[in-house]
Amino acid sequence: MTTTTAPKPAPEGSASLRELLQTNDAKRRRTDVTMRVLITAAFVLAMLPLLSLTYTVVSQGIGRLDGYFLMNSMRGVFGGMDAGGIYHAIVGTLQITLFAALISVPIGLLTAIYLVEYGGGKPLAKTVTFLVDVMTGIPSIVAGLFAYALFALLLGPGAKFGFIGSVALSVLMIPVVIRSSEEMLRLVPNELREASLALGVPRWLTILKVVLRTSVAGLTTGVMLAIARVIGETAPLLLTVGVIDSINFNLFEGRMMTLPVYVYRQYAQGLVPCSADDAACIPDINIQRAWAAALTLFLIVMLLNLIGRLVTRWFAPKIR
Amino acid sequence: MAQRIDVKDLNIFYGSFKAVADVNMTIEPRSVTAFIGPSGCGKSTFLRTLNRMHEVIPGARVEGTVAVEGVDLYGSEIDPVAVRRQVGMVFQRPNPFPTMSIAENVLAGIRLNNRKMSKSEGQDLVEQSLRGANLWNEVKDRLDRPGSGLSGGQQQRLCIARAIAVKPQVLLMDEPCSALDPISTLAIEDLIAELKSQYTIVIVTHNMQQAARVSEKTAFFNIAGTGQPGRLIEIDDTATMFSSPKEQATEDYISGRFG
Ligand SMILES: Nc1ncnc2c1ncn2[C@@H]1O[C@H](COP(=O)(O)OP(=O)(O)OP(=O)(O)O)[C@@H](O)[C@H]1O
Ligand SMILES: [Mg+2]
Repeated sequence: MTTTTAPKPAPEGSASLRELLQTNDAKRRRTDVTMRVLITAAFVLAMLPLLSLTYTVVSQGIGRLDGYFLMNSMRGVFGGMDAGGIYHAIVGTLQITLFAALISVPIGLLTAIYLVEYGGGKPLAKTVTFLVDVMTGIPSIVAGLFAYALFALLLGPGAKFGFIGSVALSVLMIPVVIRSSEEMLRLVPNELREASLALGVPRWLTILKVVLRTSVAGLTTGVMLAIARVIGETAPLLLTVGVIDSINFNLFEGRMMTLPVYVYRQYAQGLVPCSADDAACIPDINIQRAWAAALTLFLIVMLLNLIGRLVTRWFAPKIR
Repeated sequence: MAQRIDVKDLNIFYGSFKAVADVNMTIEPRSVTAFIGPSGCGKSTFLRTLNRMHEVIPGARVEGTVAVEGVDLYGSEIDPVAVRRQVGMVFQRPNPFPTMSIAENVLAGIRLNNRKMSKSEGQDLVEQSLRGANLWNEVKDRLDRPGSGLSGGQQQRLCIARAIAVKPQVLLMDEPCSALDPISTLAIEDLIAELKSQYTIVIVTHNMQQAARVSEKTAFFNIAGTGQPGRLIEIDDTATMFSSPKEQATEDYISGRFG
């Protein structure tokens, strides 16, 4: 005869239980401490470059960053003159990036909606996914060349204006938007789609008002990351938009300056040879301007992320 | 108001897998019909064919006819959206929309459809539906709070309120009480008893007592083995089903001698 007994608590009573509760496993404690140290070290290691970068950009750039610098262009500025600013570059960067976003977000979002809601493993969806993967790997200079060549075909060689830059940037942005939106849409539980469909809501309204509404926070984050990814692009803009010293508001005509290109140009010009009797001449003015412009770009990206955060918080589902 | 449902020779597929075979039944208007049967026999699958929610799953399809007052829901000119407006559904797990408040959840069927409704009409409908779902007293002070902040039972009644706010003719409920405590279960059973004066109700349940308590007719589904399709074994008055069923399998299942 076999009897099975359920595990019983030790019979000795509360004293032994108290002892059991207080036993201290030295080996586990050591492992715990070791892992804590390792994880903290890894964190610090990851933070070091970031902090160092932030410190360098801020400390080098803050000196020149003032109202004058933000509100003036480089028109008529030469040599070691204590003048010049980045207004024209800010205008260019904001306009070109905004248009890139206006092109990429609808295309990217609609593609993601197709892939998640309608694609369902169809050959077309598989092809699109494959092409998006390929697009993700395109070097930015190739995107620039593509946009340049496209407009050279349409308008004749040598065309350079802001919108071409937007097209080049959107080539880089679209795959990022598709990928991140796709992930976010897949996170929306199917029950919510079914709940809406079962109320007699057509599919398109279900997607618009339930699926997109539920995932809007994640979608915004994705778009913000995509913008941050392209706003610092230099090579494709140098190729398609060129450089200019004065202010140009027209995205469809004439060259434009952008912040990354500005930084590159100033830095490339290097030190100014000042004559000894010219007291107003600053030898490293170009370098100073480059750092200050870099800091501005840095702040713009931070600001965009902050806005993204606020939007995310605003739209997030609330429990109470 | 409520409508009679005639199901004829219905076969239901997931891709090439036949999940349910040869169902013939009539569901009487303004009454409660309960579906019972072992897990996996296709009760949920069959229920979802009654408002064309089955085809939402990729690869899923249906053969046969489901006729509501003589109109075949699977006819080529029938819009599934129109069907779902007349045949509402409550799911097994409560699923209020997380981005909407309690009141917005009740009005979801109207708002999501972009239908215009004046504020006072909306408020009336919210109150009426929540009262109908026996939830009004518990939530009337926090209608603008998120629906996901309610307890499970309250959420389920909110989903029922949401379903009846679009004034369907038929209400399908897939194990609406399986996640609820006895008190909420009773509240929902009372609610079903009230609703059946206006709606045709079909409820899936694993709880025999519940089927016996709430339904006029009971349908027993069974499955011969894994990979086989589920079948309707018999459907009859609930009293008859639980006292003297015609089929041996039904009796075995009801008396717990199954499998
Ligand atoms: N989405 C699906 N895709 C493929 N097969 C499915 C799907 N949903 C259900 N099935 C299959 O269909 C059959 C019937 O499932 P169904 O969910 O209708 O059972 P049920 O009677 O509701 O069971 P339960 O009582 O456990 O809810 C099962 O064999 C199941 O594996
Ligand atoms: Mg089920």
